[in-house]
Amino acid sequence: MVQAIVFLPLIGALIAGLLGRVIGHRVSEYITTGLLMVSAVLSWIVFVGFWGGESEVMRVEVMRWIQVGDMDLRWILRVDTLTAIMLIVVTTVSSLVHLYSIGYMHEDPHRSRFFAYLSLFTFAMLMLVTADNFLQMFFGWEGVGLASYLLIGFWYTKPSANAAAMKAFVVNRVGDFGFALGIFGAFMILGDITFDGAFAAIAGNEDVTINFLGGEFHALTVISLLLFMGAMGKSAQFLLHTWLPDAMEGPTPVSALIHAATMVTAGVFMVARLSPIFETSAVALTVVVVIGAITAFFAATVGLVQNDIKRVIAYSTCSQLGYMFVALGAGIYSAGIFHLFTHAFFKALLFLGAGAVIHAMHHEQDMRNMGGLRKKIPITYALMIIGTLALTGVGIPGTPFGFAGFFSKDAIIESAYAMGGNTGMFAFWLLVVAALFTSFYSWRLIHLTFHGPTRADHHTYDHAHESPNVMMVPLYILGIGAVLAGTVFYDVFFGHGEHVTHFFHGSIVVNEELIDQAHYVPLWVKWSATIAMLLGFAGAWLAYVRDPGLPARSAAANPGLYNFLLNAWYFDKLYDTIFVRPARWIGRAFWRGFDDYLVDQTITEGLGNRIKGITAQVVRLQSGYLYHYAFAMLIGIAALLTWAIAAGGLLG
Amino acid sequence: MMTLPLFFFYLFSIIAVASALMVIVARNPVHSVLYLIVVFVNSAGLFMLAGAEFLALILIVVYVGAVAVLFLFVVMMLEVDFGQMRRGILQYMPIGVVIGAILLLELLLVAGSFVITPEVMSSSVIPIDNTMENTRAIGLVLYTRYVYLFQAAGAVLLVAMIGAIVLTLRHKPNIKRQDVVRQTSRKRHEAVEIKSVKSGEGL
Amino acid sequence: MNSDITSFASLAPAFPEMLVAAGAIVLLLFGIFTKKERANGVAMAAVVLLVATAGIVIFHPAQGVIFNGGFIADEFARFMKVLVIGGAAFALILSLPSSRQHQLDKFEYSVLVLLATLGMMMMVSANDLMSLYLGLELQSLAAYVLAAMKRDSARATEAGLKYFVLGALSSGMLLYGASLIYGFTGHTQLDLIVDQIVMGERSIGLIFGMVFLLAGIAFKISAVPFHMWTPDVYEGAPTPVTAFLASAPKVAAMALLVRVVTVSFAPITSDWQQIVIFLSIASMVLAAFAAIGQKSLKRLVAYSSIGHVGFALVGLSSGTAVGVEGVAIYMAIYVTMTIGLFACILALRTQNGAVEDIAELAGLAQRRPFVAAMIAVLMFSLIGLPPLAGFFAKWHVFLAAIEARLFVLAVIGVLASAISAFYYLRIVKTMYFDEPVLEYAAVPRELTAVMGVTGFLVITYFVTVGGPLAAAARVASGSLF
Repeated sequence: MVQAIVFLPLIGALIAGLLGRVIGHRVSEYITTGLLMVSAVLSWIVFVGFWGGESEVMRVEVMRWIQVGDMDLRWILRVDTLTAIMLIVVTTVSSLVHLYSIGYMHEDPHRSRFFAYLSLFTFAMLMLVTADNFLQMFFGWEGVGLASYLLIGFWYTKPSANAAAMKAFVVNRVGDFGFALGIFGAFMILGDITFDGAFAAIAGNEDVTINFLGGEFHALTVISLLLFMGAMGKSAQFLLHTWLPDAMEGPTPVSALIHAATMVTAGVFMVARLSPIFETSAVALTVVVVIGAITAFFAATVGLVQNDIKRVIAYSTCSQLGYMFVALGAGIYSAGIFHLFTHAFFKALLFLGAGAVIHAMHHEQDMRNMGGLRKKIPITYALMIIGTLALTGVGIPGTPFGFAGFFSKDAIIESAYAMGGNTGMFAFWLLVVAALFTSFYSWRLIHLTFHGPTRADHHTYDHAHESPNVMMVPLYILGIGAVLAGTVFYDVFFGHGEHVTHFFHGSIVVNEELIDQAHYVPLWVKWSATIAMLLGFAGAWLAYVRDPGLPARSAAANPGLYNFLLNAWYFDKLYDTIFVRPARWIGRAFWRGFDDYLVDQTITEGLGNRIKGITAQVVRLQSGYLYHYAFAMLIGIAALLTWAIAAGGLLG
Repeated sequence: MMTLPLFFFYLFSIIAVASALMVIVARNPVHSVLYLIVVFVNSAGLFMLAGAEFLALILIVVYVGAVAVLFLFVVMMLEVDFGQMRRGILQYMPIGVVIGAILLLELLLVAGSFVITPEVMSSSVIPIDNTMENTRAIGLVLYTRYVYLFQAAGAVLLVAMIGAIVLTLRHKPNIKRQDVVRQTSRKRHEAVEIKSVKSGEGL
Repeated sequence: MNSDITSFASLAPAFPEMLVAAGAIVLLLFGIFTKKERANGVAMAAVVLLVATAGIVIFHPAQGVIFNGGFIADEFARFMKVLVIGGAAFALILSLPSSRQHQLDKFEYSVLVLLATLGMMMMVSANDLMSLYLGLELQSLAAYVLAAMKRDSARATEAGLKYFVLGALSSGMLLYGASLIYGFTGHTQLDLIVDQIVMGERSIGLIFGMVFLLAGIAFKISAVPFHMWTPDVYEGAPTPVTAFLASAPKVAAMALLVRVVTVSFAPITSDWQQIVIFLSIASMVLAAFAAIGQKSLKRLVAYSSIGHVGFALVGLSSGTAVGVEGVAIYMAIYVTMTIGLFACILALRTQNGAVEDIAELAGLAQRRPFVAAMIAVLMFSLIGLPPLAGFFAKWHVFLAAIEARLFVLAVIGVLASAISAFYYLRIVKTMYFDEPVLEYAAVPRELTAVMGVTGFLVITYFVTVGGPLAAAARVASGSLF
């Protein structure tokens, strides 16, 4: 069964990719989508087993993979609770996105390739989450990176799409570099790259130091930080986040699948999976919290002023990933996974809904050219409202009534508070403010898009219409998820400590004490997020419904701040100055100076000319005169004699 | 104390070396060949002093009597202008002198280091037998011990002969040659034809 | 009492040589007393004779030292004699179709080849400076005559004359060296010289004798700087004769060199190593550069052969059994490739005569695809591309050099090999990518057969002859150490 879950998408990808031209687009779409749906159903069956607590950890050997020295690496599909959660997230969202794409991409001439990429991505993602050892995880990690590259650059005739694809790939390389170093370090210190073996080896190596960059450091801290660097790249955390907004150049279903629900959460998954290693290092956990909190805050501020509907959601994703990392760093991994789980539903919903809007507006993405769409596409509007309610975390604290994001986000904010200390409070306040901003920009999106008079041109507006059912059905399903995912699964992720322990069954570290502490935070803490959410809602209403001129006025009043936010804190410019330009300069220098001039002109051509010159000389030696030849022989014998004397040391 | 043999040794040696020098510096090629003959004769004298009469006489007979005389004929018949050839060589004189000097210096090093060690003398393959004249001594080993080398030398000479013939012999179709067999086995009726010639007409 | 030959049976080690000598004389007499048109028949008989001789060498080898130390028959001699005989036999076969054009349709041609082969066999089996010299002279003298045999051609005559004069000079050097060695050790027999060297301290005279001796032999293998005759002679001599000169005599002289340095001068290995390394580097580098500038196919082959001698010497430079094994393998593969290459060159004929310019090969692939393919295969093999035979030849010698820690030599060798790829590839490029200019005459069957055989060996070397050849070479080199 597990093999089927993992390999059905691969089969679909191969069929669509290799035979796409033969079997046609329609068949490719049906095959890939059908196979993924089977995979999703199987995943749910597996998950239900874990939910009920009956299933044990499954380890299915696919093949003996690598045998080098004393390393005997097997390719094993590992399924435990954590994996099961990821399996349903990945396969459910993926199958819905497949289905949605049939409608969304119906005009594209390369649809079978698109579906092949989608399925390939899903396979890689499944490889990642079913990994039983570091190398398998790395394989999946790079696989999703590749698929992401292919999908962002799917519209390869668009230069911006190509640039975005490359940017995503390059920025991820930075993280992957750290990840790879982390894996090497783990292998070096722990002596095993299977997860079970490595975790078992932690006990004896807690105090080992490692020489890194010229200094002696606590080995597991270094390893944790390096691994986290990989997570930062993949999950678009602060400093390595710049690729995610640009990745919106890809088709919208791709954004929903990869850049909201699955791939970007790989970093979260990885930290949770390796939680035993992170647990050994307080420093690493602090770093995770700080980075996560800063990301949550930073991305939320930037989201306030974006005009592209997809970019708003992209920054929102970035921000929500920050929330997850805070939970992980606070030591309550289950809360992070919980948010990952719920976020997948409502963020996919928002993306696909945005896709439906874009579809309706004939690929217009700028919210300034929208407005008033509520009447045109009421169902989409309703679903977007559901997604927004889930994202902003609407619910009544203390009761099981609330949208998905309400439970998971509050759990994280409470976790941060429970963590305590300077770090915990820092994170707590940033998250609360971020929640306010989240609410503000989410409602801003709704208002700009659906409410008020339309700013779209007549033609577009008049032709705006509800998307076909093949696109709407996934939205309904995700809508259900966005409403229910929180309240249904609250108990196993963030309920009583014992329940959580029982549910996760040792697949991640569960600190029952800390969870219980988080439950007993002061009441104002529990209400803080809700209040922030209400404030944000009120602010958005004020600025975009009550007084639509207000945003422009405040932007004009604070041009510095506005541009600062609009340009995402100038990170792209900064990186351009620090890294890209010098790299280009070095590249140019190597190209022009080294390759063109030195290698090509001087060495290659120069050598060629030199050889020609030598050849001419040598040929001239062959004069044809007998006495020249005889003379050459005499010179030769004299030279040999002298050489023999000199080299043989016969004189000294 | 200079003994008579020693005196002759130096006499022959000096004349030989000086004549060898003259062979290459003489302007007239005929003179060169004549100097060469002097070198051979003096070398024969040196052989004689060393007690190798057979070699000495062979040298005179073969080299002076046959080879050098042949050379002389060739040089006189070909009328080679050595002067012109030498002009090209003179161009390379300086470097030639340098190379020659280096070689000479190095060979002098060898000469300086030459010693006849007792082991070398005693390990000689065929000890000199003073009871036997050396024509006989050579004859004793030439067809036994050195039969292989003797035969090989024969093969070399065979090749030289074949080579000389191949490279020079031309069968010219229009030349009439004497064929002794045909000549002697000819019958009278093949050779003579009797014709009656009418008077006043001729053949 | 003076000879160790007591019965006919005791001559057994020399039977192959005696057979060739007797055969040569019989064919000579037969030739004199029959018609001129029988020349090709004599050549065929000579081939048969050589095959029979090779049969004796291979299947009924008698080993031992006879003629009072003048002659040795061991595994090394056996290996090299097979190569020599094979090279000579194939060279004779190559000459059959075009003997008239090259004025080689004389029975003396075959007889001279046989006598030269006899000389080469004597060189291979020489165990004494005197027999060494006589074998060398027998081979050389025959070779001089062969080179000049096309006597109506000024180029051939000039080639023969140059070869002769320079050869005489080199013989003088060799003799001078031999006399110095005799003077300083008291022996001419190779295995006795070594005893004297072991006993006494190495003297400068001995070293000089060795240098002169090696210089004389270097002339025969045409190692730089004693190579000057090679391009002129190869170009001037009739092509079948060039095929002969480029194959068998090289093997014989190389065998001679190997035997002299490993048997007589083993105690002063470091001294002769210097000389051999010098010759090797000079040959590889000069040939690589000079060949680029050539327009004539035969001159190019001449430089190519100089270069390959340099590569073979890389193996000898190591001074080890592995190195000698490498040399033996190298020479075997070299002979095969050379014969194949000359078969191709001889196959390139137009109505107006032989094709000798590289530029005239343009578009050969369209006109004569088989010949072009064979040339391409041989070129790639000469470059040393795996999995062709030439690669393994170089592999063995470079391996020996690296094992002997001669890294610089190996690096220079590889670089020279890379440069040499240029001129080999240029031929391939000319054949395959240029527009055809000539109409070629039909290819004689003999040449097709030779091309096929050599091409097969070169291509399938690794799976067919490679293993047995390496084993035989190991046995051969083992008999010297």
